[in-house]
Amino acid sequence: MTRSSERTRTEGGVGHSPVRPDGALKVKGEFAYSSDLWADEMLWGATLRSPHPFARIKLIGVGGALRIPGVHAVLTQADVPGRNRYGLEHADQPILAEDIVRYQGEPVAIVAADHPETARRAVAAIEVEYQVFEPVTDMDHALRPDATVLHPDNETGNCVRHVRVRTGDPEPTAPVVVTGEYSVGMQDQAFLGPESGLAVPAADGGIDLYVATQWLHVDQKQVAEALRLPQEKVRLTLAGVGGAFGAREDLSMQVHACMLAMHTGKPVKMVYGREESFFGHVHRHPARLRYEHGATEAGDLVYVRARIVLDGGAYASSTTAVVANAATLGVGPYEVESVHMDAYGVYTNNPPCGAMRGFGAVQACFAYESQMDLLAEKLGMDPVELRLRNAVREGSRMPTGQVIDSAAPVEQLLKLVRDKPMPPPAADDLREMPGGVSNTTHGEGVVRGVGYGVGIKNVGFSEGFDDYSTARVRLEVVAGEAVVSVHTAAAEVGQGLVTLQAQIARTELGVAQVTVLPADTNIGSAGSSSASRQSYVTGGAVRAACEKVRAEVLELAESPDARLEDGKIVNDDVVVADLVELLGDKVVEHTVEWRHRPTGPLDSHGQGNAHVQYAFAAHRAVIDVDVELGLVRVVELACAQDVGKAMNPQAVEGQIQGGSAQGLGLAVMEEIQVVDGKVRNPSFTDYLIPTILDMPPMPLDVLELADPHAPYGLRGVGEPPTISSTPAIVAAIRAATGKALTRVPVRPEHITETEETT
Amino acid sequence: MDFLRPTTLAEALEAKAANPRAVPIAGGTDVMVELNFDVRRPDALLDLGGVAELAEWEVDDDMVRLGAGVPYNRIITELGAKLPGLAMASRTVGSPQIRNRGTVGGNLGAASPAGDAHPPLLACAAEVEVASSTRGTRRIPAGGFFIGPKRSVLEPDELIVAARVPIASGPQQFAKVGTRNAMVIAVCSFGLALNAGKRSVGTGIGSAGPTPLRAPEAEAFAETEIDGLWDTREPLPDSMVRRFGELVSEAANPIDDVRGTAAYRRHALGVLARRTLAWAWADYRTGSWST
Repeated sequence: MTRSSERTRTEGGVGHSPVRPDGALKVKGEFAYSSDLWADEMLWGATLRSPHPFARIKLIGVGGALRIPGVHAVLTQADVPGRNRYGLEHADQPILAEDIVRYQGEPVAIVAADHPETARRAVAAIEVEYQVFEPVTDMDHALRPDATVLHPDNETGNCVRHVRVRTGDPEPTAPVVVTGEYSVGMQDQAFLGPESGLAVPAADGGIDLYVATQWLHVDQKQVAEALRLPQEKVRLTLAGVGGAFGAREDLSMQVHACMLAMHTGKPVKMVYGREESFFGHVHRHPARLRYEHGATEAGDLVYVRARIVLDGGAYASSTTAVVANAATLGVGPYEVESVHMDAYGVYTNNPPCGAMRGFGAVQACFAYESQMDLLAEKLGMDPVELRLRNAVREGSRMPTGQVIDSAAPVEQLLKLVRDKPMPPPAADDLREMPGGVSNTTHGEGVVRGVGYGVGIKNVGFSEGFDDYSTARVRLEVVAGEAVVSVHTAAAEVGQGLVTLQAQIARTELGVAQVTVLPADTNIGSAGSSSASRQSYVTGGAVRAACEKVRAEVLELAESPDARLEDGKIVNDDVVVADLVELLGDKVVEHTVEWRHRPTGPLDSHGQGNAHVQYAFAAHRAVIDVDVELGLVRVVELACAQDVGKAMNPQAVEGQIQGGSAQGLGLAVMEEIQVVDGKVRNPSFTDYLIPTILDMPPMPLDVLELADPHAPYGLRGVGEPPTISSTPAIVAAIRAATGKALTRVPVRPEHITETEETT
Repeated sequence: MDFLRPTTLAEALEAKAANPRAVPIAGGTDVMVELNFDVRRPDALLDLGGVAELAEWEVDDDMVRLGAGVPYNRIITELGAKLPGLAMASRTVGSPQIRNRGTVGGNLGAASPAGDAHPPLLACAAEVEVASSTRGTRRIPAGGFFIGPKRSVLEPDELIVAARVPIASGPQQFAKVGTRNAMVIAVCSFGLALNAGKRSVGTGIGSAGPTPLRAPEAEAFAETEIDGLWDTREPLPDSMVRRFGELVSEAANPIDDVRGTAAYRRHALGVLARRTLAWAWADYRTGSWST
């Protein structure tokens, strides 16, 4: 690490927790989200969606809709100016459906009108004649040779990707064997700010799009292709993002709003409603996982055989990368000699699934951690002891052959959560009972359980992807004060990246006054705000740009070995020059494209240095369950995580708490229920996310074991806590109830064995 | 869409008679959700928020006449002693924001089988007071008010004016199962009222049938079994409490839906019935209720 990195002396720099610029605004309801955008004379867009999961469009009649006063445009696939295909990895998804619709909610036509209500009425007035087909809804059936092929162009039928990992003995045996089959329901990111944006046609024939997204440049590329415009004529600016969690990686209304704006010559705003939002973005892949673990009598893992099937739904989205994560991380943070892993991502007529916090590692972790508990039980061992015995550490070899070349403190994390004092028994207060203020128990039937989970996640984009970010840093004197501005295209999605970029500039340049400019496409790509990567990659780019600025300043001061501190150039604790005086009218500006070290592809045996960095978290869950009613209250959720460097300690804690809450949601309540390809609960009335009464206190241990390869030694924070909280909670419910509980979310029916239908 | 905003009950009733398809709206916690989700698109909204007569409660003999527009948070803070069952149910409604806006009148108007106010109204034999500008006022026993999912006996020209709820003369309980510890629609719910004066037992089942239901056989069984115990205040035999749970379970007529299975609802209602009877009887034994 460089000397400058270790300095955190500048107030509000790296390692501090300065106040977020958006914090008070959000709390007071004054923050401008993308749904608050406004332009004079703007029109409102609306989308007609398929009611069927699988059908042929025989006819679209737009006449009735066009005749409604106030309607300015009704567009279908025939109106897509460029390529009617998009997709993060495979361009397999139409901007507007052509002859076939493949999921319930697929966009078929779009409308612009002078009022949102008029636009909705016009959507209802569009006549579509469908020939309805039997949908393919079961992920295992979809892989069978006789299944209806949903994308005839795909060479591998309904299989989007199959990743196999083979290492060690191909036919291993072990004295102790446990097998299990697990399933994971479809979780939603449940961001609170629905898909929305404003497209403004420009005089040069291009378009300006203000939108809530996770990756401006990947949107720009896809929008330009669909509109048949050169990329530079599609200019994007990030609007206020109300949460993302992966759900804004794919396009939603971007192209639609631009098409309507270009067609009408007016600004067009689109805002999805809450129900529509459930159809407007991808979800977490549901999964079926079959595992076989072999171990010695002493509890050393000998082999893991696993088959993971992930339901990608109607279009590929990021399924290929999700499958790779499930396969390469699917054994967990354990040393295993022999691994025989097959992970599949499949096409069905279910809602498309793609990126969500944890990204393939979540599903696998629920299964392998459940297996570890099963194995511990069979061996008569303490479940933490079994994990400690097999835990990876720095220098361990992953099943892919990749060696973990920085801290992997799995053992320490497990011990930290294990050794925490136990929370006291529930007080005589309804809020401390399972069921809460709904008054279902005063202690009757309540049993306490404790469970553990530990997980592993890759940070950054993998498998040889050119993963970079671009930052421009400018230093100048404004009104007698040294001021830094930082410009990137990195999306602030609520995680605190704007705050962090300013912290880095303060630390590197010793300047208090830092402005972070709005993210837009006037600068090069920052990559996605996903994969726990933005602090690492955009943080790295901002630091690198600052270093160039600093070098130029020091050259100007003729003190190449000096430091910048509190607006001064300081050499050996002696002030050499004042920054304001030194700079005068001079502007020092540098733009840097920064990459993390390269990764490589996986070969046909799943071998390769595919990942940039590994991150780990462990949880201990203490729960009270009412065994008669099947209701659960998580009493306490202890978490220990290594973050390399807590760049902003408060934000780190926020990530751990929020991630753990999302894992809690998957454990006990969050599921999009899909029957015959149709979503049954597209609302926050019936898609439940944890409230403050569901989320327990979280004792945290944050380790800072620097990764020498990463800027400031940091390790991606956002995803690991989502991964291990789910299995820890389910393990605790198992411990209290004795039930097998092989599916998440665990429902009261599973605990009380009242699942049968009538 | 027309927006009608009467300021007196008489005006409101006339407006309803003149616009029988107008949808009354009080707190808006149900109606606005339906409008937002485009589930319904009424010709007119009849906003009752400005009608002062609906926003108050008064004691009328041994009843509380609860104005249809009194929000849940006032029931909780002002009527906990007089109407304990309804107050307990009110505590389980939504979030603080929803309890500030939502009303019993609105709950009755929506007539959802999952309405939280319904089981306690059934359990304590409340009446629903409705009125029309031409035909005057009528009172409908809560048990006869609901006729199907989201359907009631309310005529198109009528408005719900008040709930007439007997002041408790014995312990009351309400319990609701949801898959989240707050802000949840009932998977199933149960209200129980012991009336020490009349020596009667009232029940109300929520979210386990096409309408909110009573469990008449469970009530009759409990009244018979408890008959000699009102004076002695002896503990209820476990077998009796268990049987009561079974009878409540049998009275339900649940379906499988997105919130839970029918089998779970039957099972859970049995548990809730047992527990609430045990709590209520324990309260009766230690309380100052006179028979």
